[in-house]
Amino acid sequence: MSLLTRKLLGVGAAVAVLGVLIALYISSWATSFPASVSATPAVRQGGANLTLETVAAIGPKYSPSHPDWVSYLVRRGGKWVRSTIFSVPAHSIVHVTVYQYDGDSGLRNPFLSQVQGTIGDTETVDGKTVRGIDPEEASHTFAVPELGILVPLPGVPEEAKNQCEFAPCEGAAHRTITFSFRTGGKGRYHWQCFVPCAAGWLNGFGGPMQTLGYMDGFIDVT
Amino acid sequence: MGEPNHLRRLTLIWLIATLVVTPLVVIFVGPIMPPGNASEQSAGHVTDNTVLLGMATPVLLLLLIYLAYAVIFFRQPQGAVLEGPQLRGDTRIQTAWIVVTSLMVLVLAVYGSVRLLADNGAGSGSGPSPVAKPSGPKLPVQVIAQQWEFTYRYPTYGGVETPHLELPRGQMVELHVTSLDVIHSFWAIQLGVKADANPQVDNIAFVKPTDLGRFEVRCSELCGIWHGQMFDYGHVVTPAAFQQWIHQQQVIYAPVTKELPPYKTTYLPEPTRRGE
Repeated sequence: MSLLTRKLLGVGAAVAVLGVLIALYISSWATSFPASVSATPAVRQGGANLTLETVAAIGPKYSPSHPDWVSYLVRRGGKWVRSTIFSVPAHSIVHVTVYQYDGDSGLRNPFLSQVQGTIGDTETVDGKTVRGIDPEEASHTFAVPELGILVPLPGVPEEAKNQCEFAPCEGAAHRTITFSFRTGGKGRYHWQCFVPCAAGWLNGFGGPMQTLGYMDGFIDVT
Repeated sequence: MGEPNHLRRLTLIWLIATLVVTPLVVIFVGPIMPPGNASEQSAGHVTDNTVLLGMATPVLLLLLIYLAYAVIFFRQPQGAVLEGPQLRGDTRIQTAWIVVTSLMVLVLAVYGSVRLLADNGAGSGSGPSPVAKPSGPKLPVQVIAQQWEFTYRYPTYGGVETPHLELPRGQMVELHVTSLDVIHSFWAIQLGVKADANPQVDNIAFVKPTDLGRFEVRCSELCGIWHGQMFDYGHVVTPAAFQQWIHQQQVIYAPVTKELPPYKTTYLPEPTRRGE
């Protein structure tokens, strides 16, 4: 085998290895996209139920790569899963329950502390119906700007005992928030948190605030 | 038969083409230039784009005509590989090139500056102290950018804030554009308004809507994962409809208006305790 042939084979092998590595990286990236979770039918009320949870740190069980990131979780089949892509039926009422395990951070814009776009423009916080919360007490928001939906979520008080460090958080101190909204026609809408809640990032705006699957995602109206 | 005077022929062809094509382009293409005529500023943009198009047309024609002329008259005989004569030190060509291009750039610079001043910034963000300010009454509207939504505050209506933008037709509007977090840019496309939204900067732009209807609002500065979703629609309505709408907003957002800080041209929002 000539020197030229050996060189060509070497270059060819290196290119092939590089190609395989790139393909592996792309397939890993593509398959790490959060799975869509469907809302369950609300038998008694009609419409659909969506049950969510917010945690200060997602923990290694749900996100080995970013265990300290703040995150939403969604209940599917009785278990909590890390996904922020929700599928809800068109032209129906979606009843949302959020178990809020995180402390408060406060809103940069107090305007976002008023409930907007839900049925009655209200939410319930631990069973009490309210039209808004103290902006300083906001921990997160559940907002779908395109649909005009904005729900501020108050944080767990600092003095509360049994604070949850990282998910799973069952049994820890929490707030329970419920609200309902009507869906229109089919479409994909982004939702997000407006509170700068990403600990350790400049002004709280990086990391989980800028990565699909933690503090923002999509609502697929199907 | 000697070599014809190519320069004279080319110049003649180009002159005739310019005299015929340029008016046609200005008359028929000019009116459909973006961004439309929904405001005095956007109408000014259409005029400016038409002027630029009218200036660019002769240049484009010169290139196309020279290309066609060269293909036809300077074609090499088949099989021949000949180089054209090299021109060195032709002062006339060099002077003409420098003078013509310099004139074009200077004319455009002067035209642009005059238009910016005459049109009160032409819908662009002119910083906290605009050089050109329109006279007469103005409606101040604050544009607050945040990841990833624009909200709007009307200081002369109790400082009410709303996620919707409505403007009265025929009223000069003074937009105060700012941001609560990163750099955004407020772009009301059909109104011809584009102003950077920088934190702790009051960027002022003037616009006078003239047409009723919907206009598109977009962020035009890459500002994070949902930058592409940072869009909405605003509306230009009659002054009476605007009064009705703004009073509705005052009622709807009365509870949260009490929570808002006093109106300021910029804000330094707190808390940032989760950040570094």
